[in-house]
Amino acid sequence: MSETLLAPAPVLTKPPPPRDGAFTMQDFKSDIKPIWCPGCGDYSVLTALAKALAELGRPREQVALISGIGCSSRLPAYTSVYGFHGVHGRALALATGVKLARPDLTVIAAGGDGDGLSIGGNHFLHACRRNVDMTYILMDNQVYGMTKGQASPTTAPDWCEGKLTPEGPGIAPVAPLRLALAAGVSFFARGFAGNPNELARLIVAGITHPGFAVIHVLSPCVTFRPEQRAWKQAVHPLEGAPATDLATAMARFAADDGFTTGIFYACAAPPFMPERKRTKQASDFAKRFLVEI
Amino acid sequence: MNHLSRIIVCDGNEAAAWGVKLSRPDVIAVYPITPQSSLVETLAKFVAEGELDAEVMPLEGEHSVLSALQGACLAGARTYTATSGPGLAFMFEPYVRTPGLRLPMVASLVNRDMLSPQCVWGGQQDVMTVRDAGWIQIFCESAQEVLDTVIMAYRIAEHPAVMLPVNVNHDGNYLSYGVSRVEIPDQAAVDAFLGEKNVNWHVALDPERPMAVDPLTGGADAEGAARFVAYRQSLCRGMQTALAVISEVHADWARVFGREHAALVEEYRLDDAEIGLVTIGSMSGAAKDAADAARAEGVRVGVIRIKTYRPFPIAAVAAAASKVGALGVVDRAVSYGWNCGPVYQDVLAALYSAGLRMPVLSFIGGLAGADLTGAHFARAIAMTRAALREADATLPAPPSPIWLNADGEATR
Ligand SMILES: Cc1ncc(C[n+]2csc(CCOP(=O)(O)OP(=O)(O)O)c2C)c(N)n1
Ligand code: SF4
Ligand SMILES: [Mg+2]
Repeated sequence: MSETLLAPAPVLTKPPPPRDGAFTMQDFKSDIKPIWCPGCGDYSVLTALAKALAELGRPREQVALISGIGCSSRLPAYTSVYGFHGVHGRALALATGVKLARPDLTVIAAGGDGDGLSIGGNHFLHACRRNVDMTYILMDNQVYGMTKGQASPTTAPDWCEGKLTPEGPGIAPVAPLRLALAAGVSFFARGFAGNPNELARLIVAGITHPGFAVIHVLSPCVTFRPEQRAWKQAVHPLEGAPATDLATAMARFAADDGFTTGIFYACAAPPFMPERKRTKQASDFAKRFLVEI
Repeated sequence: MNHLSRIIVCDGNEAAAWGVKLSRPDVIAVYPITPQSSLVETLAKFVAEGELDAEVMPLEGEHSVLSALQGACLAGARTYTATSGPGLAFMFEPYVRTPGLRLPMVASLVNRDMLSPQCVWGGQQDVMTVRDAGWIQIFCESAQEVLDTVIMAYRIAEHPAVMLPVNVNHDGNYLSYGVSRVEIPDQAAVDAFLGEKNVNWHVALDPERPMAVDPLTGGADAEGAARFVAYRQSLCRGMQTALAVISEVHADWARVFGREHAALVEEYRLDDAEIGLVTIGSMSGAAKDAADAARAEGVRVGVIRIKTYRPFPIAAVAAAASKVGALGVVDRAVSYGWNCGPVYQDVLAALYSAGLRMPVLSFIGGLAGADLTGAHFARAIAMTRAALREADATLPAPPSPIWLNADGEATR
């Protein structure tokens, strides 16, 4: 008999939640205790995500959560849905693959500002324009937390605490909203980790949106950016309904101070291959393989 | 003569940064990664404090880092970067082109094991995966050797008969964070040692002869094929020439700075030895201690430490091996395709090329940050000795490896 294959990383699992009764937040959390620093904004993102999934009532085996590498990218291990902790910067590419193979799944990608806008920045552009029906939770703390506090693409040019840039990065930061709009995104919202109820509502709206939805989350890194604790005072809600046309969305961007939370933009754009709803069978692949040989 | 200007206590990452600073690079490009980050952060600090006149560019990933350095090097700059594990993997595309372009870069690899499974600790799977990409690979045992070797690496890389990129390897965790006493050589002496900067005379931005570098070469026609082969041969020649240059540069270093480091292979207590351990990198210290302990009990064992791994010093390894009757090769990486350690494969090939036949065992340990202790080496010594005495039925048939950390016991 052949040797048993050692399964990858043993994360999981607890008994499935009841199918008939309502889901609770706890149903979507794993038993693994997060190793984030006390006070890290990512705890609340986890809570908001679990809340959103409970509210949507989607069984955990119908949800896949894909991340890259970073403190924020540890998220999948702490949930009870399908999860994969992928290559640094590639969360969106991986999530796209999952969605193409299993269009029936609710696919969520998550990761940090470094993961998604620095090393993986190109995927962000193409995910926006490809409009695959999935949701991206971009946890922005304006720093590379995991590697101990270097400046990221969203860091202000004059932040001098980063050890790689002791005189400040000196270059203009990326504005995810502007980038996403320019690349053709169909849904963009911003939330704040300090307000998990609002964030949960935004995540629900993003998941429900047919197409690629970006949820930009201000999620403080209390260890390397302790001044971000003051974000609580800085955030304020967006006024008005989501823009449905680009001109209004751009005007919103122009008026945005980076701390406005809410749904900036939601337009009806055809998602990538919406007509393919069913998973291919293994036999489909086998057949094609035979013909090609 | 000893050009010692001061003594500090620092870890291997800081020692590497000192070596870089003394070598006066013009452009340093970086993307942080564990366990390299503190090395490049030290360089950024040197620049911010005005102690090093260089550009430090944090870029958006390692692929961009090495691409930016190719641009800088083509424009005539002396360059530096450092990376680890996944960072090296992401660098791969420009990495494989650098030797063929004959760009004399120096880059530290702060060795880290490869994923999956996810891990962030030391191991040499990163460099072993690219061992034949055409970069010169040198492995250090101590922080002092890291500092000295980074400086020597520039002279080796930029030697007109070599013109190849050099990776100076130091083990993540053990060397990157292990603190020891380090002598910082005098800047003027290092300047004299490195000579006038002439980084890129073959494809520089030269107003006398503007050129576009690296057009399409090769193809099915005979002329294209021959030209392509000529480039490949030239790279191999550069590698082989490097063996002599590395030895020369190390000899010169010892003469000027009074510190002798093995250039290709270090032989430790080998002269009357009946068996030898082959080691690479920071594990060698524990192996030497284990050899001392075994000798105190009458076991005649020595250590062969590989310092230069690419080009592989076939003759030096065979000469050292010819002194013993059996070898135990200890690797911190795996050759999946051969089911043994990569250094083990190289040693077998070197023995064959010298017409030597002896029992050789492959040991694999220290993966993903696991400790390689004196007790592990004592075990390797005992098993190698058993292999010398007789064909021991309890030993796995080569090349099947002996996994040193497989039993889950901390062996201290
Ligand atoms: C190819 C590669 N390069 C570098 C790293 C090191 N690294 C891990 S996470 C990270 C940045 C994390 O920043 P971010 O995505 O903002 O996540 P945070 O930790 O702030 O949540 C870096 C540079 C890596 N894992 N892989
Ligand atoms: S370092 Fe920052 S981002 Fe990472 S867990 Fe700690 S607080 Fe959160
Ligand atoms: Mg971040």
